[in-house]
Amino acid sequence: MTDQPKGGAQDRPNPEKELSEQNLPGQRCYHGEEIRVQRGMFGAENGGDTSGYGGLVRSVRLPGPASRPYGGYFDEVADELEGALEEQGLIPENAIEKTVVDRGELTFHIEREHLLQVARTLRDDPALRFELCTGVSGVHYPEDKGRELHAVYHLRSLTHGRLIRVEVSAPDRDPHIPSLVAVYPTNDWHERETYDFFGLVFDGHPALTRIMMPDDWQGFPQRKDYPLGGIAVEYKGAQIPAPDQRRSYS
Amino acid sequence: MSTSPAQARETTEGPVYTVTGGDWDEVVQSAAKADDERIVVNMGPQHPSTHGVLRLILEIDGETVTEARCGIGYLHTGIEKNLEFRTWTQGTTFVTRMDYLTPFFNETAYCLGVERLLGIEDQIPDRATVIRVLLMELNRLSSHLVCIATGGMELGATTIMIYGFRDRELILDLYELITGLRMNHAFIRPGGLAQDLPAGTVDRLRDFVKTMRKNLPEYDKLATGNPIFKARMQDIGYLDLTGCMALGATGPILRSAGLAHDLRKTDPYCGYEEYDFEIPTADTCDAYGRFLIRLEEMRQSLRIVEQCIDRLEPGPVMVGDKKIAWPAQLALGPDGLGNSLDHIKKIMGTSMEALIHHFKLVTEGFRVPAGQVYAAVESPKGELGAHIGSDGGTRPFRVHFRDPSFTNLQAMAAMCEGGQVADVIVAVASIDPVMGGVDR
Amino acid sequence: MGLEEKLPSGFLLTTVEQASGWVRKASVFPATFGLACCAIEMMTTGAGRYDLARFGMEVFRGSPRQADLMIVAGRVSQKMAPVLRQVYDQMPNPKWVISMGVCASSGGMFNNYAIVQGVDHIVPVDIYLPGCPPRPEMLMDAILKLHQKIQSSKLGVNAEEAAREAEEAALKALPTIEMKGLLR
Repeated sequence: MTDQPKGGAQDRPNPEKELSEQNLPGQRCYHGEEIRVQRGMFGAENGGDTSGYGGLVRSVRLPGPASRPYGGYFDEVADELEGALEEQGLIPENAIEKTVVDRGELTFHIEREHLLQVARTLRDDPALRFELCTGVSGVHYPEDKGRELHAVYHLRSLTHGRLIRVEVSAPDRDPHIPSLVAVYPTNDWHERETYDFFGLVFDGHPALTRIMMPDDWQGFPQRKDYPLGGIAVEYKGAQIPAPDQRRSYS
Repeated sequence: MSTSPAQARETTEGPVYTVTGGDWDEVVQSAAKADDERIVVNMGPQHPSTHGVLRLILEIDGETVTEARCGIGYLHTGIEKNLEFRTWTQGTTFVTRMDYLTPFFNETAYCLGVERLLGIEDQIPDRATVIRVLLMELNRLSSHLVCIATGGMELGATTIMIYGFRDRELILDLYELITGLRMNHAFIRPGGLAQDLPAGTVDRLRDFVKTMRKNLPEYDKLATGNPIFKARMQDIGYLDLTGCMALGATGPILRSAGLAHDLRKTDPYCGYEEYDFEIPTADTCDAYGRFLIRLEEMRQSLRIVEQCIDRLEPGPVMVGDKKIAWPAQLALGPDGLGNSLDHIKKIMGTSMEALIHHFKLVTEGFRVPAGQVYAAVESPKGELGAHIGSDGGTRPFRVHFRDPSFTNLQAMAAMCEGGQVADVIVAVASIDPVMGGVDR
Repeated sequence: MGLEEKLPSGFLLTTVEQASGWVRKASVFPATFGLACCAIEMMTTGAGRYDLARFGMEVFRGSPRQADLMIVAGRVSQKMAPVLRQVYDQMPNPKWVISMGVCASSGGMFNNYAIVQGVDHIVPVDIYLPGCPPRPEMLMDAILKLHQKIQSSKLGVNAEEAAREAEEAALKALPTIEMKGLLR
C-alpha cells in the first residue's frame, strides 16, 4: 500500500540518473534489473513527512543476468539444458530469457510459451533429471511493467543432488502460464493455490479452482494491490490502524 | 403424489437425484431401478478423526471408496501476506505459527533464507547452529509423538494418545526452560538466537535423554507387535516410489517407499554432515512402514540431541554485526522485563547514539539486499522450503512456504481410492498433515 | 464432608436454580472444535498430566448434538465461519462457548483478510481466554470460571429477566473508543 508513490511524487525527476556512480551509496545489485523506483522513506505522501527524507529516491534492482562461468555444477546444468533444447530443435536463447546466479543459487528465466518443453527436458534428460518439483510460488511485482506476475518453481534432482530455480513471468493484462501438472503432477494444488492468491491462470490445469479462499471470494488476496484487509484496533480513547495503514519505513 | 419424489437431473457425471420429501420406500425403489448407488459422504471440516479442519469428500459404493477428494483452506490465515507488513525479525513470530507442531523448523527455514539474503551465513556462531539443531531434533521428537498419539486415537486406541502426550510434555518442559514458551516460540532469529540457553539446561537435557530412552520402547511394546494395530495399518495407504515422486511426497512417506532421501544427508544445512545418524527406510510403502520409520527417527533424533550436548561450546549465539543483532543483552530483570540493567544504564545515561541505534533497529529493523532465495530443511513431515524475496527494504517482499503437509496431502486420493472407508482415517493419519501448515 | 449427617432428617433445601446449576456444571460435555495451535493445548489438557477428567469433562464429543460447551480453539477463517455457526446451531440448549486463545477472541496478530476478527462476530461467547496459545492451566481456569457462571445461571422467568437486563446494559454501554482512563 504505502510502497506505491502517489500524487506529485511520481512527477519529480529521478536525480539518481544524473549523479555519478561513486556519489551513491553502495547497492549490492547496482547493475541489476530495475523493478521499481522508491521515493521517500516513511510512507507519508501528503506533505506530512518532516524528516527530510521525503525526497529520497532509490532504485529497487533485482540481480541481473550472470555471465559464464557460473561456478559449481551450474555450468554443467546450463550446458546440458541448452544442448538438450538444441537437440529438440529449439534455439536456447529463445527459450531461456536469462540466467541469473545469485547467492549460490541458479535461476533460469524461461519464456512462458516454452515452459512445458523446458520442464519436460529438465525432468527427462538423463544428465539433468530434476525429478522433484517443490511447487510454485507466485510473486507480484506491480511496477515491473509487462512482467508483473512471476511464477517461481524450485526443481530438485535426487539423482545428482542439485537444486535449481525456474522463473516465468506473465503480464497482468494476460496472466496466462502453461500448467506443469502434466509433467509434475505435484503442482496440481500448488498451481491452484497460486491462482487463488495471484490470479495467474495455468492453462491446461485439469481443475483450476480456488483452494484456500471460499469459492465465492472476490479478488486475489496476495497480490500487492489487494489490501491486507486488517481492521483498526480500538483501545480506550485510542485507535491503532491496521498494519498496512500505519506509517511505516519503506 | 403425482411427481416422483426423487427428481433426476442429467449432469456431465451421470444422473443426480435430489430427494425432497415423499415416501422413503419409493425413493429407494426408484434409485434401485436406476442401478446407481453412488453416495457422496462429506467428512469434516469439523470431524474428530480428520486431523484438524480437513474436509474429505468421499464417494462410496457400499464400504468401498471409489473417489476421494480433499477440501482445504478452512484454516487459511494469510500469514504470507501478513509477513509483508512486518520487519524481517518480526517475521519469525509469524512463521512459527504456520505448522504449529514444528515451530523450530519453520523458524530455521525462514532464518536460513534471510541469512543467505543478507550474506551472513558464514558468520552465524557455532553455538547458535548447534542449539538450532538441538531444538529441531527435540521438535522432531515432539512432532512424531503427536503424530503417533493422534494417529492412535483416530484408530480408537486412546492409551497410545495418553502415552504420546505424556512424553511430549517432557519436551515441552524443555522448550519452556529454553525459550520461555511451550509453543510458538519465535526463538530462532535471523542472525542466531534470541537468547542463550539458561543455566542447568544441559543437565535437564541429559535427564530427558535418559527418560526418553526408557520410554521409547514402550511404544514398541504397545503398538509395534500389536495384532490389531498391524491389521489396521499394514498395506493401508499404499503409495509406491513412482507415486511419491510424481506427487512430490517427501518425508516418512517417501522413505516408506524405500528411498533414503533426507535433506539432512543429501543437502546438509546447519552442519548436519558432522553428526552421526542414520536415515531409516522401509519397503512396505504403507502406513505401518511410516509408523516404524517415525519410531526409528525418534531414536536417531535422541542420538543427535546427545551429540549436540557434547558439541555445545561457550560462545555468542548471535552474529557480531551490530546492524543486525539487537544490542540488548536480554536478562530477566526484577521488573519482569527483558532488558539488562547495564544496557539501559548505558543508553539512557551515557550514549545517546546507542539509544538511537537501539530504537531504529527495533522499530525500523535492518535492510536486506534485493534478491530471492530458497532455503529448505527436513521437517518431520518432509521438505520444508522457504522462498523469500526481498526488494531491499526493511520488510519481506514475498515469503512463500512450501509446506510438506500441503504437498503430501495431495497423495490422499491415491492412497484411499479403492480401499475401505475406515482405512481412509489410517491413510490420512499416516500422512500426518497439520492444517496450520497446509493452509498457512 | 459429612454435611449430610448434620442435616435434620437428611433434608437439604435449595432453589431449583441452584440445584440445576449444580448438576449442569458438573457434567459439561465439550464439543471438539479444535482449529489450530490451541487445539493441541486443548488435547494436552485432556491428556494425562492435566487430566480434564477431574472436572467431569474428559469426554470430548464428536457430535455437536451431544455437547453443550464449544471450546473454539484457534483462529477462525472466513471459510470456517459458516461451519462454526452451523455446529453451534446444532448444539442443544443450554450451551456455552469458550473462546480459547487470542485469535478466536479478537483475531490476534492475524489482523488480515483471512481471519474473522473475533469469534463473537458469529456466536455469543461466555469466556474469553487470552494467550497464544493459553497454557493448559489457563484453559482449566477458564473452565472453572465457566462452571461458576453455570452454577449461578437463572431459569425460566428469571432467565428472561436476566437476558433483558443484560441487553439493556449492553445498549447503554460506552463504546471502547469513548472510554477514558487506564487500559483495564
